[in-house]
Amino acid sequence: MGKTLFDKVWDSHVVTTIESGPQIVYIDKHLIHEVTSPQAFQELENRNISLFRPKQIVATADHNTPTIDQHLPVKDELSRKQLEKLSFNCKKNNIELYGLGHQYNGIVHVIAPELGITQPGMTMVCGDSHTSTHGAFGTIAFGIGTSQVAQVMASQSVIIEKPKTMRISVDGMLPKMVQPKDVILYIIAKLGTNSGTGYFIEYAGDVFENMSMEGRMTICNMSIEMGARGGMIAPDNTTYEYIKERKFAPKGEEFDRKVTYWESLKTDSDATFDLEFSFDASDIAPMITYGTNPGMGIKISETIPTTENESFEKSLRYMGFEKGASLIDQSINYVFIGSCTNSRIEDFRVVADYIKGKQKASNVNALIVPGSQLVARQIKEEGLESIFEEAGFKLRQPGCSACLAMNDDKIPEGEYCVSTSNRNFEGRQGQGSRTILASPLVAASVAIEGKIIDISTTF
Amino acid sequence: MKQFKKIESTAIPLPIENIDTDQIIPARFLKATDKKGFGKNLFRDWRFHKDGSVNREFVLNDSAYSGEILIAGTNFGCGSSREHAAWSIGDYGIKVVISSFFADIFKGNALNNGILPVQVSEEYLQILFKAIKENPQTKIQVDLENQKVTLKETEQTETFEINPYKKLCLINGYDDIDYLLSIKDKIETFEENRV
Repeated sequence: MGKTLFDKVWDSHVVTTIESGPQIVYIDKHLIHEVTSPQAFQELENRNISLFRPKQIVATADHNTPTIDQHLPVKDELSRKQLEKLSFNCKKNNIELYGLGHQYNGIVHVIAPELGITQPGMTMVCGDSHTSTHGAFGTIAFGIGTSQVAQVMASQSVIIEKPKTMRISVDGMLPKMVQPKDVILYIIAKLGTNSGTGYFIEYAGDVFENMSMEGRMTICNMSIEMGARGGMIAPDNTTYEYIKERKFAPKGEEFDRKVTYWESLKTDSDATFDLEFSFDASDIAPMITYGTNPGMGIKISETIPTTENESFEKSLRYMGFEKGASLIDQSINYVFIGSCTNSRIEDFRVVADYIKGKQKASNVNALIVPGSQLVARQIKEEGLESIFEEAGFKLRQPGCSACLAMNDDKIPEGEYCVSTSNRNFEGRQGQGSRTILASPLVAASVAIEGKIIDISTTF
Repeated sequence: MKQFKKIESTAIPLPIENIDTDQIIPARFLKATDKKGFGKNLFRDWRFHKDGSVNREFVLNDSAYSGEILIAGTNFGCGSSREHAAWSIGDYGIKVVISSFFADIFKGNALNNGILPVQVSEEYLQILFKAIKENPQTKIQVDLENQKVTLKETEQTETFEINPYKKLCLINGYDDIDYLLSIKDKIETFEENRV
């Protein structure tokens, strides 16, 4: 019987199997950041264990970092200490760190792909659930807890039960104004917030085949919002073209040799999945969420479901919405465009293209946060900076920012924020904040109008 | 890691579905560099109002309920991979979380900290919620060796699944690092044999 893409990559990384138990899987690249690593370093130190393969670890500072005045000392004492701890730990253990101010600094899931660190067929982990992003390259990439961060530091391996496999196929033509973010919000709304738990997903079909790497990363990034540890897309020419010439990508003949191997990383035609779903691309429309988990999403043109369930009702009470209501014309004062889901150059090109020559609504506070220093530089080089400024958007320095509001970029209590991030949990963007997830294009339209509009009917 | 075999305790009921790790411990409390002290901020924004005053309506502030077992609605621990969620639950004094479904990463994090996630049927979960609502002093026994959870009042029992490896780790107080270090030669051989 044939193998799936997932099986091929997984099986080639199994060190050994514990009898009737989990497997020991070798990890090629380990990404770390300031929030989930200090206790892991401490654990190893307490037990007098040295790092096994520090050269396979790459570190960045992103979760906690301010998005203004990054050249100055970080004002928040706890954040500053955590960042200093990361620098200290990396220096002590010979780990490559792209800290605050470094030309390669940025959100961990933005920098690894853009530097060519992420490559097809690899296994990658990070103490961050959105590590699933890297699956866009045909990589097995998943988030781990801090105990596991310590395990990988100690052994370059994890102990894990092999997940089941799921394939989600989307075929056909996407309607106008539908972006990759809408595709994934649509899938999660259809399948539910825990539908992927215990599975690794492969996204297949012509919609993903025709998608850019940036779009594929947006898709795979949100696999965890269905509960899936990860999601993958088979590598193809789009993947190779993206990787080629990037800083840490293989070069010359080595690159060609890799491509030959990467070409083999496709699901065999006779392989089977534990679970399969397929969707018609023409049914997808610009999406928004109305509740407090990413599965609570609707097409902008639809109304909030009338589900009878206490947790559902609690969620609507938090959001201040009514069952059966439409969100069109809902006034919005905050727009956030950024996060590991949507902070790559393509996302900002879409926004700039839409707002060029327009002005944000007077009630709106619109924040643009690039995913990395390289993206920030490209924004300047392509002349997008002046478009944002002229439209009244605030362009900040790179970081996770208002996606999880660990720094000062917080949404005030009770306020709605249309956000291109990945989670609409209670208080995610600041205590009492109310998040509405959307694509960069929808977010841009809301910033201009000051309220939610159905963008699919505007052109 | 501490050993875990069997406990019998009253329980704290939290019949809310899809409780994410941002609710268990909000991101603004993740700035610490050690594992201690997270218990005081467990469910912070449900326990306290924004002005810091106590939310009397939340179960953790209801003196009728206490214990080493937390019982929660389906899909507990979804969202972020933050192990701080498990640390805050453990630091608060919880040793067992019972739900009808757990998110993967949380489940692993709990086990790595000696906290036992017990997955029961939705039907049994509702029986537990009902029994505790009627009598907060109701005791629940969780027996890891026999993989059994029992509602003491009525002796209603359900078995639960756990990976045999993880079970052994909990019973003996071993953790994954101990195991990984014991097979380091195999890992090195694996590296050497790769193309």
